[in-house]
Amino acid sequence: MKQILFYLTGIMMITTVSSCAFDNYDAPDTYLTGRIVYNGEPINVAYDNVIFELWEPGWQTKIPINVPVTQDGSYSTILFKSTYKLVFQSGQGPFRMLQNDQTGSDTLIVDLKGSQTLDIEVLPYYMIRNAQFSSTGDRKVTASCRVEKIITDILYAKDVEHVSLYVSKTQFVDQRTSMVSQEITGSAITDLNNVSLSVTVPSSAPIQNYIYARIGVKISGIEDMIFSPVQKIEL
Amino acid sequence: MKKYTLLFLLLFITWGCNDEDFLNRDPKDVLLDEQVWQDKGLVFSVLADLYDRYPDYQTIENWVEFTNFDEAFASANPDYGRHKNQNYGYGDWSYWDYGYMRELNLFIQKCEAAEKLDPADRSRFTAEAHFLRAAVYFEMAKRMGGVPLILEPLEYDFSGDPTYLQYPRAKEYEIYDFVLNELETISTQLPDDPNIKSRATKGLALAMKARAALYAASIARYGVNTPQVSLPGEEVGIPAGKAVAYYETALDAAQRLITSGKYSLYNQKPDLAENFASLFYDKENNPEVIFVEDYKLKSGHVHGWTISNQPRYQAEEQQGGRLNPSLNLVQSFEKLDNTFAPLTATDSKGFLLGANNQVAYFNNPQDLFIGRDARLWGTVILPGTQFKNKEVDIWGGYMLANGSVVTADVLGGKKKLSVQGELQQVVGFSGPIDNLEFSAQTGFYVRKYLDPAKGSGQLGTQSDVWWIRYRYAEVLLNAAEAAFALEKFDLAATYINQVRERAGFTIPLTADQITFDRIVHERKVELAFEGHQLWDMKRWRIAHLVWNGVSTDLTSNPGKATESSTRPFGLWPYKVYNPGSPTDGKWVFKKIVPGPVTNADWFRMGNYYSQINNDILNNNPKIVKNPNQN
Repeated sequence: MKQILFYLTGIMMITTVSSCAFDNYDAPDTYLTGRIVYNGEPINVAYDNVIFELWEPGWQTKIPINVPVTQDGSYSTILFKSTYKLVFQSGQGPFRMLQNDQTGSDTLIVDLKGSQTLDIEVLPYYMIRNAQFSSTGDRKVTASCRVEKIITDILYAKDVEHVSLYVSKTQFVDQRTSMVSQEITGSAITDLNNVSLSVTVPSSAPIQNYIYARIGVKISGIEDMIFSPVQKIEL
Repeated sequence: MKKYTLLFLLLFITWGCNDEDFLNRDPKDVLLDEQVWQDKGLVFSVLADLYDRYPDYQTIENWVEFTNFDEAFASANPDYGRHKNQNYGYGDWSYWDYGYMRELNLFIQKCEAAEKLDPADRSRFTAEAHFLRAAVYFEMAKRMGGVPLILEPLEYDFSGDPTYLQYPRAKEYEIYDFVLNELETISTQLPDDPNIKSRATKGLALAMKARAALYAASIARYGVNTPQVSLPGEEVGIPAGKAVAYYETALDAAQRLITSGKYSLYNQKPDLAENFASLFYDKENNPEVIFVEDYKLKSGHVHGWTISNQPRYQAEEQQGGRLNPSLNLVQSFEKLDNTFAPLTATDSKGFLLGANNQVAYFNNPQDLFIGRDARLWGTVILPGTQFKNKEVDIWGGYMLANGSVVTADVLGGKKKLSVQGELQQVVGFSGPIDNLEFSAQTGFYVRKYLDPAKGSGQLGTQSDVWWIRYRYAEVLLNAAEAAFALEKFDLAATYINQVRERAGFTIPLTADQITFDRIVHERKVELAFEGHQLWDMKRWRIAHLVWNGVSTDLTSNPGKATESSTRPFGLWPYKVYNPGSPTDGKWVFKKIVPGPVTNADWFRMGNYYSQINNDILNNNPKIVKNPNQN
């Protein structure tokens, strides 16, 4: 009797330990990385705000994998090897998706066989060109840029709601984190080729003699803003 | 021996249960349909359960939801996160309760077939269930937009194919039309008795009709400002052309209730602030209240609003003070001469300036608020005032001659003010102390709905003050808003002035002073902490402008509807310590942002209608998603 119990316990232990290998998946290990680009130039957005969805067809329930785009327009995610459909929901991002030849819509097919870099080409409403920042003493920061209208088709073109300069203590710079900002409404801008802004940075505790800044353009009717790259400025 | 036992058992199994009556027993723990639907009392208890599941968002049983926006700060450690989040989730405020809906449909079906009930009872019960169903559809439309309109209990036939149970979403205005029609129909079947407060009445049907029509009208009118908040199938968004008809419906329903003369504004105490506060806790002969969730002491159905929010000093339990009204709300209350007096001008250290651009000194802390709307005193516990005849003791510390501040980090903490001086109290027993829960971290406590009865702040007793869902003043404001939208400015002024007169205003607003900003402002101050704010901001389509995610400073224009207000501000009183100077012993105020407030509220376009979750979408492929979400 005791011997049977001994063997039984032994068998159960071995089963317990070895069966884990059967029903466990390996963790996903395939990287999908890339940027949101227009003609190869990355589209800068607010962090954690522009999100696209990856759908893997074939499962009973349909739940997307959400992939956020970071400030400099790049993204990165770890996935299982499979074929995914990549979709931006309408209203996401300061851009329009291009028609994809393969699907006949704005859905992209991502056939993930190994780690892959995929730049997603989109059509932004505007681009911020030649953003220049400088510190002019007394904690004053000035900036200038050219705002280029990309979508000019009358069906889809949108106006500029405002152009703003944001200044932040950390590298995360947008309206949420900004210490101080200057906003010029679209109607007040006479020349989109030459927009200049300036702010006086308030003193902060603990004292910090540098800040991060960037210019953002709010497009009317579009929630997500487009930005220039973040720049560190010594005061 | 074994053989006989087996044989005996076999016999027992074969014949033992032969008697059918032996198996047919009435269950002792559940009532069957035919038992319920012949007895008035039992049907009433089924209905009571349905009433109990009436949907609310912010209520006195759920104080913390009031702190999600700019009206109040949450002075409790687990809830600081509400001021640190960077945006509202798309799934926030979602409501999709088809389990409840099915039970309402079942009730209606069975009650209509209940021959054994007295016809008068049956008609009233059915009308009440119709009312609740309309209320639930209204609530779902408020939060989700158009939803599947299901008016009978659905049964699954176990065929393996559920597609015949999958209904698509109705258009948003179809839900509102359904609600309005139902309420009109039942208004003649419900009792017309203003003394019934916790069950449906004719007055309630009209009040809800006015509110629902106003919601539909304003979505149609102001939806043009946010064209992206719409769906091509009109599940979300109402065509602008329908606005006028809805406003007319709203005005008509409100006017029928007003001219019936059954309800009136609560006006029973000479002190207008006390009058406004007791409007919410006076349950005897209250002519203003139309529909409530009622509570009763010693019945198990009580609530802890007073325990959670009583002033911390001399509280009946060692807690309270959780909900701190913001300076944003406090400064919105006008002066009695109809002007706004924003509390925004400060010196570089944050001390409030007076008319001459010098720091303003007051003899008593409450003097700052003298001459304002009586509703301020009735809604908010101000520093220097009393609750239950006890001082609330809200003050931040001493300001010394050189402008520095002496305070302590425990409630009522003691320090020396000068090297030779004695130890003395340097901060109020109710705070404010930054980051200390239950202290008045904005400098204010809430008064609305606080129960002045002895024991209301004790865990063993709690409070039976009722939660008012519909009251006459809101009907007047609804009528004013509808009249304003229909360009009947005189009429709008008449209705709005009635509400303002009760608050102590002696100069009536003229017809050309009635603007959209006025309407928005009046609702803000009259209906604060009554669960209207979010829905109002949504239907006016100004939520994304007011809660725009930018850490803006406190607005100096509190009468403007679209001014950004994303963080709750506070105002702390300090006592001046400057012996020999005329300012010694006087009070100054400092404008602050509470420490836990690190991020601004951000209401995104996708928040206008809550997200329908993936489970619902997977179960019913005919459901379309709400716009601007991911």
